[in-house]
Amino acid sequence: MTRPEAEPVRDPGLQPERTRLAWRRTTLSCTVAAVLAARAVLHGGATVSGLLVCALCLLLWLGFLVVAHRRMLALTARRPRTLGAGAAWTAAVCTLALAVCAAVMAV
Amino acid sequence: MSNFVQGLKLWFTPARIREEGDTPDYRFSLANERTFLAWLRTALALIGGGFAVDQFLPDLRWGWRIGLALALLAAGVLCSLRAVNHWVRCERAMRRGEDLPAGRFPTVLSLVVAVVALAMVVVVLFGWEG
Repeated sequence: MTRPEAEPVRDPGLQPERTRLAWRRTTLSCTVAAVLAARAVLHGGATVSGLLVCALCLLLWLGFLVVAHRRMLALTARRPRTLGAGAAWTAAVCTLALAVCAAVMAV
Repeated sequence: MSNFVQGLKLWFTPARIREEGDTPDYRFSLANERTFLAWLRTALALIGGGFAVDQFLPDLRWGWRIGLALALLAAGVLCSLRAVNHWVRCERAMRRGEDLPAGRFPTVLSLVVAVVALAMVVVVLFGWEG
């Protein structure tokens, strides 16, 4: 809940825009990891388990995209709310699960 | 150590953060969010490195390849956990008007990355044929 603050001056540092770009960069990093996951399956021969793990990776990537997209929409507000703990956790868990998928593929 | 336990407790009751203290200037919260995202990107880069070691060094001995890949992936996992943990703690500190938390994690992470990089150089130079 945002309270009216003392100084209603617009932030000249473009903080929301910078934060939106940071989300973009992070989405790109996630895309690179997902592409590497897909590549691992394509080159390692398409076994059933490999395809399952790859599908899971794509789902995780989609989850990340959804979180990022919703946050980027929220950042268009004049005084964006603080990032929700749920969104932060989802983004981190998607990242973590990608690592687990990578470990499963490697071993 | 008690800090660590407190941090763990916060992980499981994240909704409480918003009720504590005063809402900080939104710009500070956004800066904290960007720091969180930067750590998340670091984690994703490490995970990408793990994938890359596994895929682009196929001639390495199995043990070395898996060991290096797992080391990078484990660093990625730790990094993403720490990203959330640090974000939560900074947010709480700002709400309470306390000092921001400082830790040894960046130092430890850079040392681990340096060791893995050195190991990779040595392994690629001397153990290429496996």
